[in-house]
Amino acid sequence: MLSPDDWSAIRLTLELASVTTLLLLAIGIPLAWWLARSRSWLARITAALVTMPLVLPPTVIGFYLLIAFGANGPFGQLTQVLGLGLLPFTFAGLVIASILYSLPFAIQPLQQAFRAIGARPLEVAATLRASPLDTFVHVVLPLARPGLITAAVMSFAHTVGEFGVVLMIGGNIPQETRVISVQIYDHVEALEYAQAHWLSAGMLVFSFAVLLALNLLNRREAAA
Amino acid sequence: MRLPALLLFAFLPLAAHADTIPVAVAANFMPVMQKLAPGFEKQSGHTLQLSSGATGKFYAQIRAGAPFMVLLAADDTTPLKLEQEGLGITGTRFNYATGQLALWSPLAGAVDKDGAVLKLANFRKLAIASPKAAPYGQAAMETLQALKLDATLAPKLVQGESIAQTYQFVATGNADFGFVALSQIMENGKLRAGSVWIVPATLHHPIRQDAILLKPGVNSAGARALLDYLKTPAARAVMQQYGYRF
Repeated sequence: MLSPDDWSAIRLTLELASVTTLLLLAIGIPLAWWLARSRSWLARITAALVTMPLVLPPTVIGFYLLIAFGANGPFGQLTQVLGLGLLPFTFAGLVIASILYSLPFAIQPLQQAFRAIGARPLEVAATLRASPLDTFVHVVLPLARPGLITAAVMSFAHTVGEFGVVLMIGGNIPQETRVISVQIYDHVEALEYAQAHWLSAGMLVFSFAVLLALNLLNRREAAA
Repeated sequence: MRLPALLLFAFLPLAAHADTIPVAVAANFMPVMQKLAPGFEKQSGHTLQLSSGATGKFYAQIRAGAPFMVLLAADDTTPLKLEQEGLGITGTRFNYATGQLALWSPLAGAVDKDGAVLKLANFRKLAIASPKAAPYGQAAMETLQALKLDATLAPKLVQGESIAQTYQFVATGNADFGFVALSQIMENGKLRAGSVWIVPATLHHPIRQDAILLKPGVNSAGARALLDYLKTPAARAVMQQYGYRF
């Protein structure tokens, strides 16, 4: 059935998806709030930029990450000056790539949820002398709960399903960058179809379960 | 509008002897094939449709009914397997070239010509192709084992899914060195850039690259002509400029 290598790929994938999701929420909540409220040109441009990973092929993202974070790339020189070394072929590099790649999946549901709240609850909170931070934590976030859940679940699931970018900047290192999708690719390449089946069927069941759970959750929230 | 179209179809049978030949080319041989293609097409009147990729992937695709007429593999086991399974035509399999493994860096002077730099181990990453799927990756692994460096260098290894990706890791400066195919870094008999150690053939099994005619090409005169063309001195001279041996 599953070999120790397969299990280590599964553990690594879950780690990557968890770290990515937490960081994406930390970045995504303030960013989406700003995008939902601001009418400035800068916000429009930013909105287009964060949506780009949705339409760009992973090969483009992987290729430019490889060049930008390479020894001669601008970010590569920066990370070397900062003493971080080069990011490709490291777990940290995969986290950064995954954040970029899954960004729209976190931002879009959050932005929609924030927009749906409208100005009214904020005005009411202001007349009750709540500070903006108070309003955000005690009014906005609870009202945006379905959006928060969707953003977290989609970021996690999308990172688990990532392949093209990881293949291009990961370097296939066990316990560091060899995630489930790459492990499956390896099995298929080596004609180990039985092992590829176990992992692939697992991914199929996982993604179905996640999407079904999300659907049920959203229905309950809508009914409440 | 309609008449010219009909006329065109009327003339098509006349051109039927000129085949369009889909060819599956091992990634390491693609630069050579692109150089050879125009000459062959001009001389024979046939048209080549070249697809580059990993031999293992081609094998899976051919088994699934891919329309390739010719396979130029990166090894000799895949064409043999295809022949035994009845997907390759018996009697058409032959060794078109033997590949050479090279340790390469895009920086001049980084690799000495005896590969002693590997033993110093004062570098960050060494790129190899996947030993499971790519013959050049397997040869790289055998070389490290022969040098008794496989254990010490294991933490520094990064794997490309094909020899093309391995080259890319090194060329972009993300890996310091890489075991690539000599054909990828040579042009017109000269090293294109950087520094190289050509790995002695005694350190690994020879990378014998075989070609075979596949079932969809059994009736194609063009596909057979291509296989014959690869055996000509002219074609071999070009291969030699890319570091292949015979």
